[in-house]
Amino acid sequence: MLVNIILNEKKISADVEPDLLLIDFVREQGCLSVKRGCETSNCGLCTVFLEDRPVLSCSVLAVRADGKRVTTLEGLKEEAEEFGAFIADQGAEQCGFCNPGFVMNALALFRENPDPSEEEIREYLAGNLCRCSGYEGQLRGIQAYLEWKKSNRV
Amino acid sequence: MLTIKNYKKAESLEEAWQLNQQRGSRILGGMLWMKMGKGNVQTAIDLSGLGLADIEETEEEFRIGAMVTLRQLEIHPGLSAYTKGAMKEALRHIVGVQFRNLATAGGSIFGRFGFSDVLTMFLAMDSYVELYQGGLVSMAQFARGGYERDVLVQILVKKRPMLFHYESVRNSQTDFPVLTCCGALDPDEGQYRFAIGARPGRAIIIEDKEHILAGGITEKQAEDFGVYAAGQTPTGSNMRGSAQYRSHLVKVLTARAALELNKGDL
Ligand SMILES: Cc1cc2nc3c(=O)[nH]c(=O)nc-3n(C[C@H](O)[C@H](O)[C@H](O)COP(=O)(O)OP(=O)(O)OC[C@H]3O[C@@H](n4cnc5c(N)ncnc54)[C@H](O)[C@@H]3O)c2cc1C
Ligand code: FES
Ligand code: FES
Repeated sequence: MLVNIILNEKKISADVEPDLLLIDFVREQGCLSVKRGCETSNCGLCTVFLEDRPVLSCSVLAVRADGKRVTTLEGLKEEAEEFGAFIADQGAEQCGFCNPGFVMNALALFRENPDPSEEEIREYLAGNLCRCSGYEGQLRGIQAYLEWKKSNRV
Repeated sequence: MLTIKNYKKAESLEEAWQLNQQRGSRILGGMLWMKMGKGNVQTAIDLSGLGLADIEETEEEFRIGAMVTLRQLEIHPGLSAYTKGAMKEALRHIVGVQFRNLATAGGSIFGRFGFSDVLTMFLAMDSYVELYQGGLVSMAQFARGGYERDVLVQILVKKRPMLFHYESVRNSQTDFPVLTCCGALDPDEGQYRFAIGARPGRAIIIEDKEHILAGGITEKQAEDFGVYAAGQTPTGSNMRGSAQYRSHLVKVLTARAALELNKGDL
């Protein structure tokens, strides 16, 4: 099937199989930040934005993204680096495998709710699993980033 | 793995229904549950071009299209106000935001999953399923089964003034529930009903047939009702909990919900 997908603001036309998953489509297009961490739609590592909403790309058919905008970490470089530095500052991560999905969903949270409470942060990011850490470092990193954002605004 | 031979974006409900009569056809909701299974789908039918992705609120009811996502249900201000936050509580523990941005109301109800928070919540409300062929069917009737090759078009929730209290027990965050319970009170008639799911069988309704909760509730009455509800609710064992543990949870969660509902404005 022929699809037109706007991937990171670039229009891509491709002929895809009906059961090709969006994760495999974006990887074929070179967006290798998007990874598979499970087979059960549970880990959040494959998070991309579909029309600006975070979704699990492992669970969406590529054909269903026809005519839509898809954003991956590659398309959010500056924002991601800015935020990522705060996570690194906390030494929050060990292997770093969970990072791309985590960063994507954290950015989605900040867009939806620029001033989240700790409870709201935990709830929004509950679907991003990390096998190495206890999430405390990530939480501190997020809070430090939000503080910095706030102080930058005034 | 799930393989799909043909993908068809239906242009009308009639077309979706026709295609769904063929063996090997499957309607796609969010595809999350479907993807967990193995099998070869001959034709995957997509309803997403049929304008079924909105929640419409009128004076009397909510009309929820089959393709509305769980996240839409969770953050809808009208549903939040009507259920006193119970809708959000029912949904917020399901995997994660990215998951709930995909999983649909239609697929969740159509699946009639035993573990379903979604079915538990809708059963507690005065709600109906509109099927393309089967017409309007009450949620309780639909939950019993059947209608396998029909198309779920929308879900209706009547805005009967009611109070709700939702609680689930999970062994860990974002896991499937061990038990779900949604209490509902019609304050005018003083009638309580409780939807109990993840027993682990499909959610059922328990009513206060013996009027244990009649005329204002004390802790003792709530406890007595809990014992009654546990006696009325068949439970079973699976890897998440034993039948005995679940029956205990029925007792605790129904009593707790009754007390909360009795406080009035939740
Ligand atoms: C890992 C995982 C964890 C989960 N945890 C929970 C949980 O804790 N609590 C909970 O309540 N739920 C949970 N669920 C279930 C989830 O919330 C959804 O209910 C489920 O995925 C079905 O919704 P869907 O949109 O993905 O439907 P699909 O998987 O697309 O479809 C489900 C079935 O319904 C059929 N169907 C879909 N739409 C229609 C329609 N309009 N008309 C006719 N037939 C239709 C499909 O053909 C299919 O047979 C979980 C699911 C997964 C995969
Ligand atoms: S790969 Fe684990 S949720 Fe998508
Ligand atoms: S740092 Fe290893 S999975 Fe998160």
